[in-house]
Amino acid sequence: MNRNKWVSLIVSLLLVFSLSFPAFAQLKGEIEIFSWWTAGGEAEGLQALFDIYTKKYPDVKVINATVAGGAGTNAKAVLKTRMLGGDPPDTFQVHAGKELTDTWVKTGFMEPLTDLFKSEGWLKVMPKGILDIVSYRGNYWSVPVNIHRANVLWYNKKVFKDNGLTPPKTFDEFFKVADALKAKGVIPFVLGTKDGWEAAHVFETILIAKLGAEGYKGLWTGKTKWSNPKVTEALEILKKLFTYINPDHSAATWDEAYQYIISGKGAMSIMGDWAAGYFFSKGYPDFGWAPVPETAGVFDALSDSFGLPKGCKNRDNVIAFLRVLGSKEGQEAFNIKKGSIPARTDINKNLFPEYQKSCMEDWMKDTIVPSVIHGAAAAEGWVTEFKDVISLFIARPDISTTQKALIQIANRAGVKQ
Amino acid sequence: MRKIKEERILSFLFIAPSIVLISVFVYGFIIWTGWISLTNWRDVFPDFSFVGLRNYIDLFQNLRFQIDFKNIMVFTVLFLLSSIFIGLLLAILLDRKIRYENIFRSIYLFPMAISFIVTGVVWRWLLNPGTEASGSLGINMLLEQIGLGFLKSKWYTDPSIGIKAVVIAAVWQMSGYVMAMYLAGIRSIPGELSEAAQVDGASIWQIYRYIILPLLRPVTLGAVIILTHISLKIFDLVVAMTGAGIGFSCDVPALFMYDTTFRGNFFAQGAAIATILLISIAIIIVPYLRYSLKSGG
Repeated sequence: MNRNKWVSLIVSLLLVFSLSFPAFAQLKGEIEIFSWWTAGGEAEGLQALFDIYTKKYPDVKVINATVAGGAGTNAKAVLKTRMLGGDPPDTFQVHAGKELTDTWVKTGFMEPLTDLFKSEGWLKVMPKGILDIVSYRGNYWSVPVNIHRANVLWYNKKVFKDNGLTPPKTFDEFFKVADALKAKGVIPFVLGTKDGWEAAHVFETILIAKLGAEGYKGLWTGKTKWSNPKVTEALEILKKLFTYINPDHSAATWDEAYQYIISGKGAMSIMGDWAAGYFFSKGYPDFGWAPVPETAGVFDALSDSFGLPKGCKNRDNVIAFLRVLGSKEGQEAFNIKKGSIPARTDINKNLFPEYQKSCMEDWMKDTIVPSVIHGAAAAEGWVTEFKDVISLFIARPDISTTQKALIQIANRAGVKQ
Repeated sequence: MRKIKEERILSFLFIAPSIVLISVFVYGFIIWTGWISLTNWRDVFPDFSFVGLRNYIDLFQNLRFQIDFKNIMVFTVLFLLSSIFIGLLLAILLDRKIRYENIFRSIYLFPMAISFIVTGVVWRWLLNPGTEASGSLGINMLLEQIGLGFLKSKWYTDPSIGIKAVVIAAVWQMSGYVMAMYLAGIRSIPGELSEAAQVDGASIWQIYRYIILPLLRPVTLGAVIILTHISLKIFDLVVAMTGAGIGFSCDVPALFMYDTTFRGNFFAQGAAIATILLISIAIIIVPYLRYSLKSGG
């Protein structure tokens, strides 16, 4: 063995060692944690994680670097300039899936975490569906802290009861319910579209409804063509849906709009289950939920995760933080507040509110599909253009032009039609 | 002779650092951006393969860019006309030797000292149509209370108004500045000219129309140049006030550039937008620079 090999062996042993046992040393200094969790529910969940961390490592100063904006649209831009400029935050929030692998892993910005996954035993307690989307070429690259479901129909229970309605199971039923509500002077469908991604989120769930789990997944791999008449049907539903919406939707963010549901002036909405966290934080626990019509049995999933960027300043502190993220204690504390479910399956279900309990059951038995607008199913460039096309469709609901545009952007993303 | 030469060398040495810095950090990066706009860089990682003008062709076929281009034209025209008209009007009124002129002047000029972000946030609330839950807000509430409820509008949340609502905020901010320019211009016109006209029996209207306004032409040109370049590259105001708006009704090229570069990773496309913005500003600025260099000597 020549000298170079010895050196590299020692270095790699040291790396493994430091990755596995940094807790032996008393940690100090600081850790900068980058996320877009600023709204009710999610900010509290993040704080719960910090509390656990500072209790364990009182000498480490936690810097909470958040950039506001739903779905992380602003935060991702800030992150990109920092990463490319060689000033990565110590750890950052990233959607597991293509957003993690295509943007950061493939391009060599991250350190693998496979050893940490092994030593912490996460491979045994996290389901395969979630491990798959944080892995790339045989390594694991980020620690998933939660699972969100995107295809949920939220409704005001009291309004439904007072009008003798039940949550719709198909879109035909949905529009009947909507007409009944409209006749009573209630806004049938509530949404805020200010940030530009919300309509695309709704459209994604309609695509699942019309194409089914396999058909929907195929859209992002090329197995399903965007010229499919079912896509046309989905666009027609979206167009019709927006005739039932609150008139001020373009002035409000999704959470601002949800005041309508809480006050009973609005009845239904489609949003991911961070809405549950929002309802809790507003002191409104009595909300109703159902799968988006025609998507029962499908779980449109996304996961927030944190990774270890190469060249971060406080590596040991980050690894300690990732351990807290993946721990039972951390996942329970965070997810109760956030409204999502833990990525681990061995947690105490009884700690969780009703909604999350039912969500955990669905997670175990439903078909899981990756969310596109939340970064799991397609590369960021495609997602951005997808979002733009749907945002335009809301203002100019021309179905054939929009479908043509959808075909065009798929081609541009390298998925030939 | 020797001394002059030494002085020249010395003065060159003094400006050399700034020449180097500007040529790298301004002109160097302009060339770099222009080059990137001709490549195929569409991922976090650079890809410098040359694709010619493909990014530009794609861009002009892009529906969002077409809307943005129209928006920025509408914005620039309305913003220019309104700012200059209001600025000139305020300057003429202030020039009537009114009492407390200083106070009024400061009040009108003050918005200019605020950053566009602050203006954007303030006007977002002033022009917020409000929701069912909140009732009318801002301007709408004011209109309602003074009995002009029929004038209420959805402002920037209405796609047919869109960018025009942003013009209101921009004019509020910049018309005071235009006023200051005009006021200085009017004050620098020798009083004898209007006095002579008065003696000849000209009315006030005629004095402004035939003496003062023609003499203010260079000021107007300066104002047009400054306002146009602010307008073409407007970004912060729109981001803080409206975002891209429903169906991109408030969107501008600079915002699209930010989106496509940092969210979509289409770095080459972003560079192409930057280059188009630079060229369109240059079309206006360069003739002005030549003109002012010639006349200024």
